[in-house]
Amino acid sequence: MDQVVDQGAAPSEKPRTPRTRRVQPLYAAHEWVYSRKVSGIFRQVKWAALVVLLGLYYVGPWLRWDRGEGAPDQALLIDLPARRAYFFGIEIWPQEVYYLTGLLVIGAIGLFLITSLAGRVWCGFLCPQTVWTDLFLWFEQKIEGDRVERIRLDQQPMSLSKAGKKILKHGSWLIVALATGGAWILYFNDAYTVLPDIFAGQASMPVYIFLALFTGTTYLLAGWAREQVCIYMCPWPRFQSAMFDEHSLIVTYENWRGEPRGRAKVGESFDGRGHCVDCNMCYQVCPTGVDIRKDQQLACIGCALCVDACNSVMDRFKLPRGLITYDSIANQTAREKGEPTQFRPVRARTIAYALILAVTVAIMGYGLLTRDRVEINVLHDRAPLFVALSDGGVRNGFTYKILNMERQPKTFTLRLSGLDGATLRVVGFAPEWTTEARLPVKPDSVGTFRVLVRSDREALSGASTAFAFQLEEEVSGQVHEYNAAFSGPAQ
Amino acid sequence: MADRDTDALTGIETTGHEWDGIKELNNPLPRWWLYLFYATIIWSIGYFIVYPAWPTLSTYSKGVIGYSSRAELDRHMEEVKASRSAWLERFEAASVDDIVGDTELLQYAMAGGRTIFADNCAPCHGAGGAGAKEYPILADDDWIWGGTPEAIYTTLLYGIRSGHDDALESEMLRFGEDEILEPAQIEAVADYVLSLSGNGAASEEGQEIFLEQCVACHGEDGTGVADFGGPNLTDGIWLYGGSREAVISQINAPRHGVMPAWIDRLDDVSIKQVSVYVHALGGGE
Repeated sequence: MDQVVDQGAAPSEKPRTPRTRRVQPLYAAHEWVYSRKVSGIFRQVKWAALVVLLGLYYVGPWLRWDRGEGAPDQALLIDLPARRAYFFGIEIWPQEVYYLTGLLVIGAIGLFLITSLAGRVWCGFLCPQTVWTDLFLWFEQKIEGDRVERIRLDQQPMSLSKAGKKILKHGSWLIVALATGGAWILYFNDAYTVLPDIFAGQASMPVYIFLALFTGTTYLLAGWAREQVCIYMCPWPRFQSAMFDEHSLIVTYENWRGEPRGRAKVGESFDGRGHCVDCNMCYQVCPTGVDIRKDQQLACIGCALCVDACNSVMDRFKLPRGLITYDSIANQTAREKGEPTQFRPVRARTIAYALILAVTVAIMGYGLLTRDRVEINVLHDRAPLFVALSDGGVRNGFTYKILNMERQPKTFTLRLSGLDGATLRVVGFAPEWTTEARLPVKPDSVGTFRVLVRSDREALSGASTAFAFQLEEEVSGQVHEYNAAFSGPAQ
Repeated sequence: MADRDTDALTGIETTGHEWDGIKELNNPLPRWWLYLFYATIIWSIGYFIVYPAWPTLSTYSKGVIGYSSRAELDRHMEEVKASRSAWLERFEAASVDDIVGDTELLQYAMAGGRTIFADNCAPCHGAGGAGAKEYPILADDDWIWGGTPEAIYTTLLYGIRSGHDDALESEMLRFGEDEILEPAQIEAVADYVLSLSGNGAASEEGQEIFLEQCVACHGEDGTGVADFGGPNLTDGIWLYGGSREAVISQINAPRHGVMPAWIDRLDDVSIKQVSVYVHALGGGE
């Protein structure tokens, strides 16, 4: 029973320590990954991604957007107590939360598309876990030094200088984690108010609880758990291979060119042997502790740092770059056979993903652009369903709610249609039976009205008669129709 | 233990239990679990000291901080009351008519009245005032004792035949049981009463008896006199049933319902709110 996920040492580096127990435990022990510093194009891309993404994250809550009097002016805000979400000019009410669902669907399909095109771009460059781990690792390397120094430090007995380094490292991690959790809080509160409040000890208890929660999780996940998150916690690596085909770009070792591997000195001939000089650089720089030469693995997040490492070694040996490549399986096979390579982004799979993506974006966009800023909810009284009146008429009661989602007061005129001679009353607004009633609704709020409708028995057709409420906006003249049923005695 | 059983494959002792050849390994508890367990024990000691914990013969240990969930509830209720005080003052100052005329107070009263109604009134009068046999419908426009906000408020305060000094009182004579009318006369007047709401024909005799015996409370045209609690007989809405038998029975030996006085059960603001709510159910005058 060998491990399914081998993130242990490279075979040639050190032998596995014999286990004291006779049977492998169900859980692999967490072997700390001491990843080595590396430079190269992919490292630079990763730094760029880190700066851009963290920049967006930290700048986001400070952007302002004027929405008029009484409304929050934060561009990006989820106001849970007031049950509103703001995204620049877009304001979302709780019942419109499906726009968020749509956003998630778009995100998921976008992920499928980019994965089928260019592999684990998300995992390797964009995922928050990757970005924060990178940032934490940067602090670790600045304070404790590179791979070898860190291994040595951890093997040393505790000393003053070791303790100092550890305290410095964990302190800096905690500060980053605090800033991370803090910034997340800012998306749910007015940034300019809550930040001074947090330091003054005047913010609400939930703010501090969530601050502690996000600080703790960031510190644990990016500081301690790291690649364990990718390997054991995250569901995405488990099924992302379903998006791959032979034309997807992935990080791979060119087995045909590298093997048989062996140590080499600069200037030696590589005739009759593979190009891999077994320097283990690819393994040492890997943030998840993968040996890429063991073929594709679940633990490989596709960050391509091993490509950078291997290229620098190949340069030293004056060998062609790309022993470890970010390329498709098809191209690798083609190179092995000496055939020309090509990148094929347009494939049935990518077309399908792009199509689904386009359709989803179009539907969501159309829905958003044409969405109604007035919504009507009508509840028919359950008990009693109808009331027989002294004069032989029948009355139904309704709770009529008008959601005015705009930031200005509105007045509506309510009428009935589909019931001959029916009249209405609105408690508090139209005390006498009438054919139309004026209903004022405050800005950005729900107007709730008790509407009573009266009809002669002769106008009804049995236990339920269809009719409609017509609500006309006074300024725009727009009419909102709501189909309802009028209950009466069975005939 | 004499017959220690060790699993051959793992070398771990088993519990000795076996099911179809499957044995349970006697693994130690995970350490984190064990430490958490110890931590909870230590925690509980502090808890025993700080909070009420131990029952004694007649009472219980109160804990050093003197916490009690009942006191906390009282405190919360006080807070709620304080937060409502501005509203309560406005309700205390306003008459029920004022409340009906004020959109803001009306909305508040309807929300509050709904809850009070559901707790106190709905068992007899039904959710939404739908009524039940022998319990008047409150949602319709047929009122025995009047349907203005003030009339509803008065009825709620003192009740009907409730025994309260100011209760609304009315009593229909037992025309049959007390032999005021002959059975044939009762049938005749019942037919007349039914004809008032368009059910069947009436004899002259029935009308004569009605004018003689019933008009004092039910009015000359049978539309009722709210001041005396005389129900409207012309609208086809019947408290004790609208069949001929039911009407005859009611003339023969009338039943009288009782509505309790709420003045001693609910505070004035609550009674005002529920009055407004009942008025807003739809039938209010």
